Amino acid sequence: MRNTLIVARRELGGYFATPVAVVFIVIFLALQGVLTFNLGNFFDRNQADLAPFFSFIPWVFLLLVPAITMRLWAEERRLGTIELLLTLPITQGQAVLGKFLAAWAFCAIALVLTFPFVITVNYLGNPDNGVIATGYLGSLLVAGSFLAIGSAMSAVTKNQVIAFVLGVAVCFVFAVASYPLVLDFLSRAAPGMAEIVRRLSIAERFSGFTRGVIALRDLIYFASFIGFWLFLNTVIIDHRKAD
Amino acid sequence: MAEQHEAPLIVIEGLTKRFSGFTAVDNVSFSVRRGEVLGFLGPNGAGKSTTMRMLAGFMTPTAGRASICGHDVQQDAIAARRVLGFLPEGAPTYPEMTVLAFLRFAGRIRGFSGKELDRRVEHAVGLTTLQGVRLQPVETLSKGFKRRVGLAQALLHDPPVLVLDEPTDGLDPNQKHEVRNLIGQMAAQKAIVISTHILEEVDAVCTRAIIIARGKVVADATPADLQKLAPSGKLDDVFRNLTMPMTMSGAA
Repeated sequence: MRNTLIVARRELGGYFATPVAVVFIVIFLALQGVLTFNLGNFFDRNQADLAPFFSFIPWVFLLLVPAITMRLWAEERRLGTIELLLTLPITQGQAVLGKFLAAWAFCAIALVLTFPFVITVNYLGNPDNGVIATGYLGSLLVAGSFLAIGSAMSAVTKNQVIAFVLGVAVCFVFAVASYPLVLDFLSRAAPGMAEIVRRLSIAERFSGFTRGVIALRDLIYFASFIGFWLFLNTVIIDHRKAD
Repeated sequence: MAEQHEAPLIVIEGLTKRFSGFTAVDNVSFSVRRGEVLGFLGPNGAGKSTTMRMLAGFMTPTAGRASICGHDVQQDAIAARRVLGFLPEGAPTYPEMTVLAFLRFAGRIRGFSGKELDRRVEHAVGLTTLQGVRLQPVETLSKGFKRRVGLAQALLHDPPVLVLDEPTDGLDPNQKHEVRNLIGQMAAQKAIVISTHILEEVDAVCTRAIIIARGKVVADATPADLQKLAPSGKLDDVFRNLTMPMTMSGAA
């Protein structure tokens, strides 16, 4: 655990030593603001909640999270630092987890910085802050899921553009899995698959959190989803580290 | 050579690495004892870096095994890496980190903290004369400084085994001289492998040299004995005679 945290600390420092952190946070906040207030009809709805805010979160993360993760391993490969990192006395699992935790902490920081939305809605009305809190928890779990996918995709290539495109594509599949378009198609093509795919959908799992429900099975889903992709990440690194 | 009776610190047996279509390292075996500085020579593409990567546990060998201080680099990887100081090819470092931050990171991973960490980092900075650039981001440094940052990282924990891939590449003559002196000073307590294609380096620091060509060991002797292999007595000629067929065939 100590080594994992040392790696995470170095990584997190790296975000703030480069313009990555500022660019990401500014774009994230601007996008969320525009989407929530304009497209989401935050004011016209006349409801004191953050439903519009949370409804856009998975889509904004879908675009921005792979931009964070694309460099995680691809850049280590390109710079050759992967050879340094993986010949230090740490396991590959510790390195994978450390990088993931740093990226997740970074997303948490970005989410914390959306606090003006919470203040605004509390100023305008009397929202259910419990629902807002579960919405944030769900958002963090969605970010974690996309980060785990993106990190694994970054491990397959030394090209960051490829890592980004692969990351967005795979995240997209899991984001839209519960949408009628996909489910209708599947129920015709492979009826047995439709239900399984719906259950694997990130958007479906996230919707419970935005309604204020924390279901144990959803927590287990997110934990095993993240665990699966991090495990895959470790396997990919193990097999392809020297390529 | 101190303590001849001691088991070799580096043991490589039948190490082989095949990539699709060609064999980069072909059945290489050697061992290095404490007090030895082994020069690992060969033309570009001969398999030097691949051998060192396998020795450092970064690359998985197709066949054969390597161990450091008795720890198998694959089976007992973490223990082997603890006693190894490794400078990878090109001395990679994280460009956005300052020299100090980078060395402190390596030190923490090596298990140091508090005063001991400060002491280790300062000592490594002193050995590699990085005092003037401590707080500069690595990306702003010249090639020679970057190489020394990589070297400082490898020396930080005072490991019994050092594997340095081209430690003097990109250094100016003065810096080369300093690094060779440094290696010479440490030689008695450690087993050191350095790869190079600069032949004068072998004369300057190595107690033994291995020439590798096309992935195979073609010579393993003291620098003095190697020189006797050519009528001219020049290491250059020995090197060319032993490795030329490969260069001619363009397989590099």
